[in-house]
Amino acid sequence: MSLLATASGDTPQKRALPRWAGALAVLALLLVAALTALCIGRFQIAPQRAIAILLSRVAPMTADWSAMDERIILLVRAPRVLLAALCGAGLAVSGAALQGVFRNPLVAPQILGVSPGAAFGGALAISLGFSGFALIGAAFAAGAVALALVGALARVEGRSDTVMLVLTGVVIGALFAALVSLLQFLADPNSSLPAIVFWLMGSFSAATWARLGIAAPGVLAGVAMLWFMRFRINVLSLGEEEARALGLPVERDRWLVFAAVALIEGAAVAVAGVVGWVGLVVPHAARLLVGCDQRALLPVSAALGASYLLLVDSLARSATAAEIPLGVITALIGAPVFAALLRQMRRKELAR
Amino acid sequence: MIGLEKAGAQRGRRWIFTDISFMLEAGRILSVLGPNGRGKTTLIKALAGLVPLAAGRRIAPSVIGYVSQSVGADIPYRVLDVVVMGRARGLGLFGAPGAADNRAALDALELVGARDFAERPFDRLSGGERQIVLLARALATGSPALVLDEPASALDLANQNRLLTVLSEVKRQGRHAILFSTHLPQHALSVSDDSLLMLGPSEHSIGPTRAILSEGNLTRLYGLPVRRVTLEDEGRAPIETVVPLFAGAAP
Repeated sequence: MSLLATASGDTPQKRALPRWAGALAVLALLLVAALTALCIGRFQIAPQRAIAILLSRVAPMTADWSAMDERIILLVRAPRVLLAALCGAGLAVSGAALQGVFRNPLVAPQILGVSPGAAFGGALAISLGFSGFALIGAAFAAGAVALALVGALARVEGRSDTVMLVLTGVVIGALFAALVSLLQFLADPNSSLPAIVFWLMGSFSAATWARLGIAAPGVLAGVAMLWFMRFRINVLSLGEEEARALGLPVERDRWLVFAAVALIEGAAVAVAGVVGWVGLVVPHAARLLVGCDQRALLPVSAALGASYLLLVDSLARSATAAEIPLGVITALIGAPVFAALLRQMRRKELAR
Repeated sequence: MIGLEKAGAQRGRRWIFTDISFMLEAGRILSVLGPNGRGKTTLIKALAGLVPLAAGRRIAPSVIGYVSQSVGADIPYRVLDVVVMGRARGLGLFGAPGAADNRAALDALELVGARDFAERPFDRLSGGERQIVLLARALATGSPALVLDEPASALDLANQNRLLTVLSEVKRQGRHAILFSTHLPQHALSVSDDSLLMLGPSEHSIGPTRAILSEGNLTRLYGLPVRRVTLEDEGRAPIETVVPLFAGAAP
């Protein structure tokens, strides 16, 4: 029995709220999260002032704020908010799509070796003294190489089945994790080691408009592709045999999904480091709200993922004097939530 | 129209079946009978294009309305959404079903008498109800060939009757070639025109159901005595059926 069956709890038809009300609530949450992230931080800015500063870009306004406020909002916070929202949405959407394709809610983008691969690429770039574009390119390329390796190794006699893919993903992930450790061991403890460690822990603190411009095309293209394939992913979630019997080229479609995920993951890891658990936890919450149908699940996951990372990022830079790495918080929240979900699912399954 | 031409399938080195040929026209029903492990499912899957043939060839439309022996994925989709997935192939990589697809799905549910299920969650249906819904999905594909692997295996008597009625109704409409496997020769006798008996890996016989399901053939097929009987029932034509003489429960 697939775990997915019990993950969704009540069926969508039994929702008390109409569809538009749910959509509105999710959008409201996203707006609140974005505004919170915009205003909170070492330097607090009142929400109406933050909104006025943003609006002054598109409409003429009398400026009753300081140049400092304006710079913080427009040059520091705005790109950071957009980058966090973009990565959160992308990671959540790729998790939701992968869980559909694998019919297993325990699957996350990490499983295909993409994030460990991208982490290795980034760490290599840092230890070689590269930063900026070179770092992003290396993370992206290594993520793609990891995916290609998983694809090649999992393919036996012209076909790659699910179990083989997952296990190969774990193997390749372990390989790249070991390579990252090796780089850390070899790295200069005074300069590149801390840089690698902090980058791996994940953060949006280096967000700029330029970085946003680098990450956005990859994430948006991947998300768009998954959205267009939403009905296909539903059919794939029936399982390989049923989907093939319905006349679909299952393997090609699955690889298209993986390619989209690699694109999203590579771009996100490159600009924000390794931010885990989003693709695992957020789709669970989304499934509780709208069920398994990707047509509803993808947009809701995107909105919830964006809100989640925005709130986590706000927490990261306001909870303590120094900024807490993002990946630490997502793991601290994600692991217990996931454990609770797992137990709840299992109990439901036994109660059936 | 669906068929095989000198077809054979292997598992590893072992031949599951060899040299099977038939051609099934629209408006006809072929039943496949054989003991457990004789390769009925392999044959069905080969016809559905899910198992490659090691010899011969398969003549089939591009999509088959296939219903597997398992009762479908355990995912809480609406029944209507499950049935509409039958339309997937025609929708393209980036397509999503529209009003016409939903109508086709509802028509298919109507035909199998499960219109009331449309809004219910598929994973909460019983095994028998799922089988009926999956038959609707097979019909919704629009394929001119239906290939069903033991469609009655999870059904109670009333639902068996319903399934057989649906199959004869679909047959009467004349647009589908229907092939199903079964362990119940009664089902074959009641609806199929032709039958294929899988007697051994390289031995089978195929022909008109009433002739091929003889007492001798069935006794040989299953290894226990089987009788063909004709029952009279008030106001109905005499019904031919099959009675296995089980050794177990002598009083």
